[in-house]
Amino acid sequence: MTPLQIKQITLAMNGDEAIAYAVKQCDVDVVAAYPITPQTIIVEKFSEYVANGEAQTQYVCTESEHSAITACLAAGAAGARTFTASASAGLALMHEMLFVTSGARVPVVMAVANRALSAPLNIHGDHSDSMAERDSGWIQIYAENAQEAYDTIIQAFKIAEDIDISLPILIGVDGFTISHTLERVDTLPDDAVKEFVGERCFPMVLTHEGKTVPFRLDPANPLTMGPNALQNYYYEFKRQQTEGLNVAYKKIQEVNSEYAKLSGRCYGNGLIDTYQLDDAQIAIVVIGSTAGTLKAIVDKLRGQGIRAGILRIRTFRPFPVEDIKNALRNVKAVAVMDKCMSPGGFGAPVFTELRNALYDVSPRPIIVNYIFGLGGRDSSPPELCRIYDDLARIAKLGHAEKTVTYFGLRE
Amino acid sequence: MSTQDWKFTAKDIAAKPNLFLSGHRACAGCGPATVLRLIMKATRGPTIVTQATGCMEIVGSIYPYTSWALPWIHTAFENAAANASGIEAALKIMRKKGKIKDEHIDVIALAGDGGTCDIGLQALSGAVERGHDFLFVLYDNEGYMNTGIQRSSSTPVGAATTTSPAGTIIPGKLEKKKPITEIMLAHGLEYVATATPYYWKDLLIKVRKGLEVEGPAFLHVFAPCPRGWRSEPCKTMEYSKLSVESCVFPLWEAVHGNRQLSAPSKVIALAPQKKKFLKDYLEGQGRFRHLFTPQNRPILDEIQQSIDVRWQKLLQQCQLSQL
Amino acid sequence: MSKEKTWKDVSIAGVPSKSSIGFLTGDWKTYMPIHDSEKCIRCLVCAMLCPEGAIHFRPEHNRVEFNLNFCKGCGICANECPAKAIVMKMPEEEE
Repeated sequence: MTPLQIKQITLAMNGDEAIAYAVKQCDVDVVAAYPITPQTIIVEKFSEYVANGEAQTQYVCTESEHSAITACLAAGAAGARTFTASASAGLALMHEMLFVTSGARVPVVMAVANRALSAPLNIHGDHSDSMAERDSGWIQIYAENAQEAYDTIIQAFKIAEDIDISLPILIGVDGFTISHTLERVDTLPDDAVKEFVGERCFPMVLTHEGKTVPFRLDPANPLTMGPNALQNYYYEFKRQQTEGLNVAYKKIQEVNSEYAKLSGRCYGNGLIDTYQLDDAQIAIVVIGSTAGTLKAIVDKLRGQGIRAGILRIRTFRPFPVEDIKNALRNVKAVAVMDKCMSPGGFGAPVFTELRNALYDVSPRPIIVNYIFGLGGRDSSPPELCRIYDDLARIAKLGHAEKTVTYFGLRE
Repeated sequence: MSTQDWKFTAKDIAAKPNLFLSGHRACAGCGPATVLRLIMKATRGPTIVTQATGCMEIVGSIYPYTSWALPWIHTAFENAAANASGIEAALKIMRKKGKIKDEHIDVIALAGDGGTCDIGLQALSGAVERGHDFLFVLYDNEGYMNTGIQRSSSTPVGAATTTSPAGTIIPGKLEKKKPITEIMLAHGLEYVATATPYYWKDLLIKVRKGLEVEGPAFLHVFAPCPRGWRSEPCKTMEYSKLSVESCVFPLWEAVHGNRQLSAPSKVIALAPQKKKFLKDYLEGQGRFRHLFTPQNRPILDEIQQSIDVRWQKLLQQCQLSQL
Repeated sequence: MSKEKTWKDVSIAGVPSKSSIGFLTGDWKTYMPIHDSEKCIRCLVCAMLCPEGAIHFRPEHNRVEFNLNFCKGCGICANECPAKAIVMKMPEEEE
């Protein structure tokens, strides 16, 4: 089917609702979740679908996020397609199991309505929660708006369940900014989504009975999942797990193109999404909804003859090193905006990662870090415009006076 | 199938293949190892097992070897019941959707006393409250043996462990054993029972009953650990037997909350002279050695008294349920 | 290390490729069970209670067999045997 052949329905939904709607269309077998702001609407909406018979899903209202992710992992091990959603403290409570899920190679899909971590308690949006899970072995993709949240959930199952990947995937949406903001969302018909996602496939595995069988708990083909691996093997398994992310690097791009053919919508190459970057001399690198606000600013600056651009990192894990290097090759000054801190570190996670990636590039742009938006603090367009002003000055001077800036903070 | 049809004679059980295989790395004389082997002999058909982190999880799954002849999964320490929830939910919906064969698959969750009474209690409470159809088996060796014999909430009062050592001021563990079966009964489970491997047939029947219940069932299996109890490996089953004879660990089952003593304990209820003294059970267990000194005598008396009170209470509960 | 598999060859997520039946634990023992078939009443309590699953009944021969490849020498069988048909001995005592 092509975009022209498919009749899409436009619905008014916030990001959370768009996610629940996508999950409903993906023939998910088990959803196990625990409510937490700002993810709550996802589980509420999905519960409604189940209660009304609109979703053929076993919905497990667990007593904690730890059990929610565990139940998804175990259900996935038994062969089910699974989904969960969380945020902030909930994601932190899952921390242990995030590593187990990726290590167990079970393709759970999780939506995270990104939110600040306590203390002090704060329910609003920033990226502290999922950035703290950076090394948990999950694929991480961040959406820019409700439409992309919907589209990415559909893509997520296809990516995670690829037999050469078989890894869990986290889809981040900015708490409140995306999760609670009503937008127009074009939706695909149920059957088109079902066909696109397909049925879950399983990698083949050699068991103790000497049989090669699908990697799932099945009494007809017994196998052991979650064993102990000691000094002689643990490292090999962790290396093998990383290879799954390497495969995801390609797969995310393929799925992005394939989905574009179906829906008419694509997000850069799936890994990064750029705006006015080709001839840009100054650029902001950012994750999530802030990219949308920046586009309006860039349009204004372009009108003034300023060659400003945006690089939105859509896929943070696997980190798209080559794509970023290539995208920023002509830029003179780069500001990385992090909605997160790394207390005691030199800049925040996206900055350190990106600056590291560009270390070998010649000529190397000047790269600075703006930490912003913590605890949901809003950054207005005029404020954000000042970052481009700073970059223009840095590009002209040839050096930065300050590498890490706490942006929007009362000093 | 009714209980009469179960062929749990020793010869039948011996003829059934082991599903918890030889070559596991449990210590010599390990009580829980026998428990696991026997439980798996009582399975009735397709079964999936999930297990919490613990000695019995470690000993049977050291890569590239496995001692599990049936599908088995371990994910973490505190979540055996959550694993079971996920598996059960998955099987239910996939069967309904025709994604798997239309047959019932039993789900068994195994955990030690740490993975049940302490770190695993929340997940267990949640799973049984939600009513998932699974059998949770606690193999209780009364301590964190896997990490080197530390105290758990299931360690009995007076026992010395590496985190409740018998010191010059504190004589071992001061707190009483957590009444996990009472907690499970309070959740309104259809089937709750206690068992211990010396009475192997009683154990097998209870496993089978637990599996046959629709919804969650809980089985508390008392499993001596020679390493952790500082007892002779050959005495494991002797302590299993003495725990019942001394009424330290009475055997009973509660169907729909109606508690009935099981045969080995009923014998003692009917002939109280057969009841052994606490010290018969404690003697020979290194973890209680410090209690056999003149100054600690009152502690022994106190423990004996609390066992007697609990036993009397149990008798009342069982008699009441017969009315 | 050389004969062990590389990361490209191991099963996904550490699914074990061998049964522990191939991991013999018989050399852990100090004492070994000596079974007297004459005294044995074939009650099979030993087989029920053995932690290793190392005691088997062969109905065709009406025999109780001990698999010393797995027996760790704990002595539970000897301790529990109602007919006192099993004794634990050091291997040299037996010779």
